[in-house]
Amino acid sequence: MMINGILTFLSVIGRYFLSFLRHTGRLAEFTAISVFHVFRPPFYFRTLGRQMVEIGYFSLPVVGLTAIFSGMVLALQSHTGFARFSAEGAVATIVVLSMTRELGPVLAGLMVAGRVGASMAAEIGTMRVTEQIDALTTLSTNPFKYLVAPRLLAGTLMLPVLVLIADVIGVFGGYLIGTYKLGFNPANYIARTWEFLEPMDVISGLVKASVFGFLITLMGCYNGYQSRGGAQGVGQATRNAVVSASILILVFNYLITELFFSR
Amino acid sequence: MTEAVPKLRLRGLHKSFGPKVVLDGVDLDVMPGESVVVIGGSGTGKSVMLKCILGLMRPDSGSIQVDGEEVVGISARERERVNHKFGMLFQGAALFDSLPVWENVAFGLIQGSRMPRKQAREKAIEKLLAVGLKEDVADLSPSELSGGMQKRVGLARAIADEPEIIFFDEPTTGLDPIMADVINDLIVKCVKDLGATTLSITHDMASASKIADRVAMLWQGRLIWVGPASEVFTSGNEYVDQFVHGRAQGPITMQVRK
Repeated sequence: MMINGILTFLSVIGRYFLSFLRHTGRLAEFTAISVFHVFRPPFYFRTLGRQMVEIGYFSLPVVGLTAIFSGMVLALQSHTGFARFSAEGAVATIVVLSMTRELGPVLAGLMVAGRVGASMAAEIGTMRVTEQIDALTTLSTNPFKYLVAPRLLAGTLMLPVLVLIADVIGVFGGYLIGTYKLGFNPANYIARTWEFLEPMDVISGLVKASVFGFLITLMGCYNGYQSRGGAQGVGQATRNAVVSASILILVFNYLITELFFSR
Repeated sequence: MTEAVPKLRLRGLHKSFGPKVVLDGVDLDVMPGESVVVIGGSGTGKSVMLKCILGLMRPDSGSIQVDGEEVVGISARERERVNHKFGMLFQGAALFDSLPVWENVAFGLIQGSRMPRKQAREKAIEKLLAVGLKEDVADLSPSELSGGMQKRVGLARAIADEPEIIFFDEPTTGLDPIMADVINDLIVKCVKDLGATTLSITHDMASASKIADRVAMLWQGRLIWVGPASEVFTSGNEYVDQFVHGRAQGPITMQVRK
């Protein structure tokens, strides 16, 4: 009885482990094939353009709103904190460093994961279950080249652009609160913003953004591509795409920060 | 006619999913210009057979030859070249809903054959007319069309690049009897115009007798009967008899239990 219980327990662990390995292997293969096709002609510039507009341009309102409120709340919170040891002057620096190094890329990444990752998984998943992906193959078109590669490239290229805009908007949000509510002198606030900002702060944020863009589109495409069995399968794919992209963003955020740490 | 190389030759095709054997040694020759229809109940592996030929699935063992050339296990690039000879009408039409109707029809021309868009559009409209659709559907989205019209667009897409072999996956499923007959007529006409070889799978006997030169019956992963379409109703094979007359009683018992 006891032994049986232990065996069942072990076999459950084994099953999960094997399934984990299977998924990891499948994802690694998918990633390798996709990246390979990003660099190999023919290139579908029309699809690439459409995806760049979809990811870059149409995400602007969401990302912009996220950024401005984050910048505003940062100014308020850091002011509360720093006022306790009379270091209110650091507010501008804190806002710009937090935005460029952390909040810009992470919040933009999470918002885009919800917006773009979900819609990619749903679109490609629906194409899978309605045999549109099979149809591509029969029309001598490689689905990796036509569907996946342009999306990966568009995500990797457009997220840094979005994050750069988010950085500016976030800093502007901090400036609004700083000057109108906390009583900073505008010229002073702007000077403090620039004073301690280093190129590496912005660059590390943009590197993060690029990696996040890749992860978001990869998860969207991968989960969509693997989806099976009608509406329910597409729903699952969409959920998995958003959840896995969000978690990967947070994990890679730490890893990249570690890499750039103290630089 | 002299002994020609079959357009399509299947030998000993096996495919299993886990413990479930779906194809258990399928042998079939399709000669140039011939129209072969594979009949069989749902879940007997008809679609799996088509997917193996199209390279969407890899058979466990066996050989598939197109014009005498082995296509099992060829590279993705080779596959693109071979698939150039193929046209396929999917069961649900499988139109790209992000593209307008004309781009669907012209897809193979633009992406596969690198034809300029303007020229491809003219060709697409020509094909739409050939399947009895008007020019004004060209700029509609596929979701604005009825099921029968979607099937016709699918047919136009399948024949657009003038393929040598066309596959039909249940071409009449989900259509009313009149529309089904219209599609059957279109298939016969288009195939004749192109001089193409066709392989269809269906369980609609009206459709099978209309488009087939030869009929093959798939059951339990094997082709248990192959013969001229004219003999399918008088085959003397009790499995075929039961199927074509649609009787619940007979040697084929539906597996209700899983």
